[in-house]
Amino acid sequence: MMAPSSRLRDVLMPLVLFGALAAVPLYATLADDRFILLFATRIAVMALAALSLNFILGFAGLVSFGHAAFIGIGAYAVGILAENDIWGAWISLPLAVLAAGLFALVTGAISLKTRGVHFIMITLAFGQMAYYTATSLSAYGGDDGLTLWGRSEFLDTPVFSDDTWFFYLVLALLAGAYGLLRRICGSRFGRVLAGARQSELRLEALGVSPYAYRLVAYCLAAMIAALAGALMANQAEFVSPSAMSWHRSGELIVMCLLGGLGSLHGAILGAIAFMVLEEGLSGVTEHWRLIFGPLLVLVVLYGRGGLLGLLDLGKRS
Amino acid sequence: MSLTLLAVQTLNGLQLGILLFLVAAGLTLVFGVMDFINLAHGVQYMLGAYLAVAAFQLTGGFWSALPLALLAALACGLALEFVVFRRLYDRSHLDQVLATFGVIIFLNEAVKTIWGAAPLSVPLPALLDGSIPLTETLAYPVYRVALIGAGIAVAALLYLLVTRTRLGMLVRAGASDAEMVAALGVDIRRLFMLVFGFGAMLAGFAGILAAPIFSVEPGMGDNLLILAFVVIVIGGIGSIRGAFLSALIIGLTDTLGRSFATDLARLLLPPAAANDVGPALASMLIYVLMAAVLFVRPAGLFPVRSA
Repeated sequence: MMAPSSRLRDVLMPLVLFGALAAVPLYATLADDRFILLFATRIAVMALAALSLNFILGFAGLVSFGHAAFIGIGAYAVGILAENDIWGAWISLPLAVLAAGLFALVTGAISLKTRGVHFIMITLAFGQMAYYTATSLSAYGGDDGLTLWGRSEFLDTPVFSDDTWFFYLVLALLAGAYGLLRRICGSRFGRVLAGARQSELRLEALGVSPYAYRLVAYCLAAMIAALAGALMANQAEFVSPSAMSWHRSGELIVMCLLGGLGSLHGAILGAIAFMVLEEGLSGVTEHWRLIFGPLLVLVVLYGRGGLLGLLDLGKRS
Repeated sequence: MSLTLLAVQTLNGLQLGILLFLVAAGLTLVFGVMDFINLAHGVQYMLGAYLAVAAFQLTGGFWSALPLALLAALACGLALEFVVFRRLYDRSHLDQVLATFGVIIFLNEAVKTIWGAAPLSVPLPALLDGSIPLTETLAYPVYRVALIGAGIAVAALLYLLVTRTRLGMLVRAGASDAEMVAALGVDIRRLFMLVFGFGAMLAGFAGILAAPIFSVEPGMGDNLLILAFVVIVIGGIGSIRGAFLSALIIGLTDTLGRSFATDLARLLLPPAAANDVGPALASMLIYVLMAAVLFVRPAGLFPVRSA
């Protein structure tokens, strides 16, 4: 690794990303473009979910194929409370995070006993269980989903109801989660996770069993994903089982890989790239997936290290 | 919950199990021998069904469409292997999952672009277009019985191929230790291609068989793929015997669960709650089964790999 330039990138790149996102409302006001503000909100919410996955996927090396379930749990917590006329964000957000944490604690405790392909498959299985539970909630929309008649409330402030405020709320939570996860990655706890990714055997020879560390990381990632889900429900004012389909879990993995698994902010870059690409291509042709699919294959085959890796390569040559 | 209903649902379960086996057989061999996770295997099933539709439109008969579609499915599988998959064999599982996910996205959309999003179908062949009376009031379609028979015949053939021939021996050896087989002078790349093409053809065959009874639509392979993965994980990756048994278990559990879960839930819960819980429980049943099997026997019911 080239220490100085990569350190510069590790500081500079996140600053550029967050700076660009923070400037969107200003641009939206100047250009009188409401769409871009809503689009950027959707991106930031997705980035939060992808960031949480990248923490366990890229950093801890756990290929979870059921991450969408946690997003769904967060979204349904908001939806179900709203359906029962409870709109306070100070109730719904903590409850969303807690519910997902509990679900992750139980499923993680079982899943983390397995390795490799079996871990991918068992997390997929738990994701599917959550999905089918959501489709069976006939009191809360079942297959069709649930339309919310408004957004959460927070102490009579406009943070949820006003689009610009809401965007900054999402961005602040994204920045907070990023800061927290970065601190964790640099701590002793994080070093154990990274060590377990590289060699579980070596770590155990040092007298450290990674199981408990992984479980805590798994729960933490789930809780952040649930927060993203709760925000997603507020953003769309709609909750449906499709938020936790296995396609969504796959898309989240794509975002992480697209940005680059090597660093946490790769997920944020990946989420931006994924959503902009999707939006841009679908503007060109109705059959945009014909372009998107092969593009994905090409990224996997030739784009090692994702977009961040490409930036690195540019610097080196 | 009458006895005839139970009989009909058991036959339906067997039928689902057989289709699952045909898809899972290729998947488990590709996975076992090449250590390659192919999410796009479900798309082969969909392609088989669409090729059956196309071949039927071309020839106008089921029996002439069958071999044509089968060959086309084989060609598609080999083309995919040649263009994309062979570059992925020595990549990480994560890369494989992603690249094949991209192939799914592409092919689902390609099928939608070519044939449209509306469901299509193939008429039943006249020879099998009857039904067998089970009781005075209930009959079971001949085609579905023939499907079960064809599946069992293929399974038996496959079993002989894998256990009694030299090629089968190499496949079994490859599943337990591919590197050692290569070191002994076997052209492992060619073996991979053979296994892959064969697996694609089996999935395509399942799609062709399904075309007259299920609606042929984009994305029809996705759900079956997830089920097929459940099958091979429960059966033990790389094991044909395991795939066969667990495909039948999954087919029966899923079908019987769906027809009787609500009734069973009513025994314990008030009717309104049971109507909600029953279907959800039925959909979850196989995943619960898989999680339980993985927890107790992490390598599946019939583990192949020695490590």
